Amino acid sequence: MRSPLATRRALFSRRGIIQGAAERLLAGTAVMLGAATLAFAALQLVPGDTVAVLLGPTTTASPEIRQQIRTEFGFDQPVPVRYARYVGNLLHGDLGSSYQLQQPVSKLINDQIWPTVQLTVAAVAVAVVIAVVSAVVTAGRRPALRATATAWELVALSTPPHWLGIMLLTVFSFQLRIFPVAGAQSLSSLVLPAVTLALSVAGVLGQVLREGLEAALEQPFVVTARSRGLSQSAVRLRHAFRHAATPLLTLAGWLTGTLLGGTVVIETVFSRPGIGSLTMQAVTSRDLPVVLGVVLLSAFAVVLIFTVVDLLHLVIDPRLRTTEAAL
Amino acid sequence: MTMPGAADHPLLVVDGLDVTFHPGSGPVRAVRDVSFTLGRGECLALVGESGSGKSVTARTLVGLIGARAAATARRLVFDGRDLSTLTEPQWQAVRGRRIGLVLQDALVSLDPLRTVGAEVAETLRTHRVVDRAEVRGRVLSLLTDVGIPDPRQRARQYPHQLSGGLRQRALIASAIAAGPALLLADEPTTALDVTVQAQVLDLLRRLKHSGMALLLISHDLAVVAGLADTIAVMHSGLIVEQGPTDRVLSSPRHPYTRALLAAAPAMHAKGARLSDAASGQPAAGPDGCPYALRCRLADQRCRDELPAPADAGPGHGALCWYPMAAPEETPHRLSVVETARPPAPRGGLLIEAESISKRFRSPDQTWHHAARDVSFQLRAGEALGLVGESGSGKTTVARIVLGLLEPDEGTVRLAGAPWNGTANGAGASAGAAGQSGGRIRERDRRAYRRRIQAIYQDPMGSFDPRYTVERIIGEAVAGPRRGRDRRVKIIELLDQVGLAANMLQRRPRELSGGQRQRVAIARALAPSPDVIVCDEPVSALDVSIQAQILDLLTALQRGLGVALLFISHDLGVIHHVSDRLLVMKDGRVVETGDVRQVFSQPVHTYTQELLAAIPRPGKAGEAEVGQHATVPP
Repeated sequence: MRSPLATRRALFSRRGIIQGAAERLLAGTAVMLGAATLAFAALQLVPGDTVAVLLGPTTTASPEIRQQIRTEFGFDQPVPVRYARYVGNLLHGDLGSSYQLQQPVSKLINDQIWPTVQLTVAAVAVAVVIAVVSAVVTAGRRPALRATATAWELVALSTPPHWLGIMLLTVFSFQLRIFPVAGAQSLSSLVLPAVTLALSVAGVLGQVLREGLEAALEQPFVVTARSRGLSQSAVRLRHAFRHAATPLLTLAGWLTGTLLGGTVVIETVFSRPGIGSLTMQAVTSRDLPVVLGVVLLSAFAVVLIFTVVDLLHLVIDPRLRTTEAAL
Repeated sequence: MTMPGAADHPLLVVDGLDVTFHPGSGPVRAVRDVSFTLGRGECLALVGESGSGKSVTARTLVGLIGARAAATARRLVFDGRDLSTLTEPQWQAVRGRRIGLVLQDALVSLDPLRTVGAEVAETLRTHRVVDRAEVRGRVLSLLTDVGIPDPRQRARQYPHQLSGGLRQRALIASAIAAGPALLLADEPTTALDVTVQAQVLDLLRRLKHSGMALLLISHDLAVVAGLADTIAVMHSGLIVEQGPTDRVLSSPRHPYTRALLAAAPAMHAKGARLSDAASGQPAAGPDGCPYALRCRLADQRCRDELPAPADAGPGHGALCWYPMAAPEETPHRLSVVETARPPAPRGGLLIEAESISKRFRSPDQTWHHAARDVSFQLRAGEALGLVGESGSGKTTVARIVLGLLEPDEGTVRLAGAPWNGTANGAGASAGAAGQSGGRIRERDRRAYRRRIQAIYQDPMGSFDPRYTVERIIGEAVAGPRRGRDRRVKIIELLDQVGLAANMLQRRPRELSGGQRQRVAIARALAPSPDVIVCDEPVSALDVSIQAQILDLLTALQRGLGVALLFISHDLGVIHHVSDRLLVMKDGRVVETGDVRQVFSQPVHTYTQELLAAIPRPGKAGEAEVGQHATVPP
């Protein structure tokens, strides 16, 4: 006996994932192109003469020198030609050269990005571990335990990171001398900034994860799982956690994106090199190619993170792999 | 005849079970002094409405009532073991291995993120029933056993990719994987279409014949009738009547059992009142009979004192001071010879649907035809039933008739004027389409919207949870916009649907399921419509509440002359309310005609299957399975 459902047999898991990945990569490429185009347009719309910006406000230069600079940077070409050349260069990873530092932007970014990536990844990893432990252990348990966990999470997420950073520095670096005060040379120099960033993130993630877990533990399939003889913790880890991971993943992706751009303050507090300090310099000195490079990098990071998050969603939740016909 | 389960060594003995919940407010006694026994290969059915304590009783037997509940019993013995002393690890060894549990609606009772195969395997792995290497083979043989075709492929699929019947079978497979001696089935067929329900009941019957004891829980006496050896009727945590199935059905002693039997529309004469009219009785005292509030026979003694069990023959007892003696003339069969109801007065044509078709794109890029060439007419004051199983296109037709969805082809006319679809030239001069040909736009429809209203299965979803009842209904009132007149009109509407004026300030969450559906009906009546489209309006309700809502709709149809387009998967319900009937299958109308005629002489084989699959006490157990319920042995 065939049910009508069997005829419109849903896409199989693997095919659904591959198709989803292809769709999202295509969308990601489109977003990147859009970001690059917007950045280019913004460059065209910057008020004032780019050459004047290049030369700085105080310099006076002869028209010949100005013309020379124009030719050198290609400002004398018509806009479509410049756009085509710009996109072409981007495809080769060429983001242009810094006006101030006279170095390729890609090199500048490459020099500064890794400490930031290290910091962000470490912070998110620490945050997820703290959040998972705090939520899995306390979700749906005794009210006192739950209230304690919720309270620390609220405190953590509302503590300003720079204040926390200074406090941690004071205690662990200056007084106890466990961790270095500044720099990004060793793994131990990563600990304090990562923990500083992680705590507030862990607070938010913990709250969301606990809520997701408690919602999942209310579901009928939890009763079914327990009626098979599974223990409380097995039900939490094998069933409920996967359901709660969906909102956690979305939020973690979003927070990672913000962290990549939002490490400026922490990098300053801990005197770390990083993309944050590069951006600060570029913005204050109106070094437009560098600013644009950072903008494109952020767009790329966000697209990358969200593509990965979307694909993980597909892996976690098979229901997303097919779209039912609306009836 | 002895009471089943009264053998020397019954598998399960429950004696004096009490379960009390301790929520934030005072304690609630969910189960009170419940006693029964169950032997191997026997089936006991717990029957009652939601909140009667039947599910809690079952959960107690697997130790899953939650931390806020406390269970005590004089004896709670399963297979020689005292369940009341088990520690959590000991419970874990019993759950799944010795006692299995099947819940309603496998779409949510199976983990939606895991494959069906993984869910069945979980039971095997947890109890190490077979070696790791053999788990997969055992999963496939279990899926085959419960009648799932193509198990290799099905095991890799997720619950949402399976039909309701296959899902439920998979859930049963996961519950019986470790070969438990007792299976608790809590409303195992409630969410299913009638033919699928018959197949799942047949599967349970096979398990029972194989020696498994079955505790079957249902709100529907008709469902358990063909399967149970003993029936225990529960109300407010008490077993109010217990006895051998045929005795409970043929000579019910407790007034509540009678009410339950009478409330099932499939067992009742068409058009007759289903619900017991008794209401507004004084409330019972804390020690009184909880049913006294709704009982016609209740007196002061009932309200003061809990009745002592009245013996009603071997193994049969009722918890009532005044057990009903001789069985009343209760029609247990679907009556095909009707007397109760005069034919509804037929007015002019109200809705004309002409060969409407609608298709949707399926996920695998093929077209799914939700409606093909559907035509029908609805006259003023008439009740037209639309019956079919899920996926047959009923709801698509309803949405097209409501003008919420455009058909790909075909036309719907409302009171002679074009309403939805293609407005063909003739007759399009006046009315919704105006002078323009082609598609009818929503702007043209708006003025006519009040004439056609709708109620749905879940009124909660159609209410703004922050609105009060007054605002919900007031929004739809056609007449006075504000002030006293409007309030008077709203109270009038509430009165029409049997609700008191003190409901005005309630919010949807503070209403019971039946009250919500009444508010939904009042809102549908507010703009004085000509027709109400009812899409499964009673499917989510307990049988006694369902009876009240059906009575209300029938009364409104007769009293106000409102036409009904009544959609349901339940033939009993359809039979009760409608004058004429459309049977849909796979988007097509396969049979149409006068209800009595279709029920007595169904022409299409599909209609015959549907009718054959209705479970009801009048039929012998084995004959209950429809022709298509071929389950592999």
